Amino acid sequence: MITVLANPHRFMAVSRWLAPALGLLAAGLIGAGLSLGLAVPPDYQQGETVRIMFVHVPAAWTAMLAYACLGGASFVSLVFRHAVADAAARAAAPLGAAFTAAALVTGSLWGKPMWGTWWAWGDSRLVSVLVLFLLFLGYIALRASIEDEAKAARAAEILALVGLVNLPIIKFSVDWWNTLHQGESIFRAGGPLIAPVYLWPLFLMGAGYSAAFGALWLTRTRAEVRARRAAGLALRAAH
Amino acid sequence: MAGKYAVFVAAAYGASFVAFAWMIIDTVLRARAAKRALERLEKGGRG
Repeated sequence: MITVLANPHRFMAVSRWLAPALGLLAAGLIGAGLSLGLAVPPDYQQGETVRIMFVHVPAAWTAMLAYACLGGASFVSLVFRHAVADAAARAAAPLGAAFTAAALVTGSLWGKPMWGTWWAWGDSRLVSVLVLFLLFLGYIALRASIEDEAKAARAAEILALVGLVNLPIIKFSVDWWNTLHQGESIFRAGGPLIAPVYLWPLFLMGAGYSAAFGALWLTRTRAEVRARRAAGLALRAAH
Repeated sequence: MAGKYAVFVAAAYGASFVAFAWMIIDTVLRARAAKRALERLEKGGRG
């Protein structure tokens, strides 16, 4: 699959139909998730605030997915020198930053009524997600600050690969340390602890957010491939 | 949706909407700009 999509022409041909297809899928899944999520009964402990889960948790999942894609694309670009992989890594970073920002803001809006605080520096889940946000910003800043495009790409790819270590820290932070966050309650041995009435809209929204990321990522990567081709043509015309 | 926490729920959905709106608008603008720039250069190269 990586080899097939490494060819820019093949990537453009596949992503031309795949991006809108994923966009339509995302709209359907998010529409269904929202209609179910807004109709579920209030939680017996959390009341109406349980509905924040349907936008907060999918945003956090997708932020981690975006970083995994950024790290994977950076690895392929660094090792195999695939131009499309570098374009894909660059395209994933702003989307990942936006999903992480959404997770942080919605989490804060959930934390205030439930925990009595907007933020807790002692909570390892909160801090590790903030580190994820800073990694996305660091990647974007590093690429923008080095003039030589190839050097900027190499430096940013190394940062992206080092930052991959943060993903298991985010995932297991609630098991390794005492935090305000509850322990793992969805993807755990023995099954989810959340009632099915809440799980369905959560999974629909999670799938919808992932599909939306896929559609936007492919579209941005296509734009990046075109921009590089245009830069190459401009350079050739100047000589 | 009523209740004393409705404002937090509404703000969370609003923030998510803003994040999606930014991602979609920025992505579409970038895609259009890149497509136009490439088409202009390709036409110039042929002409």
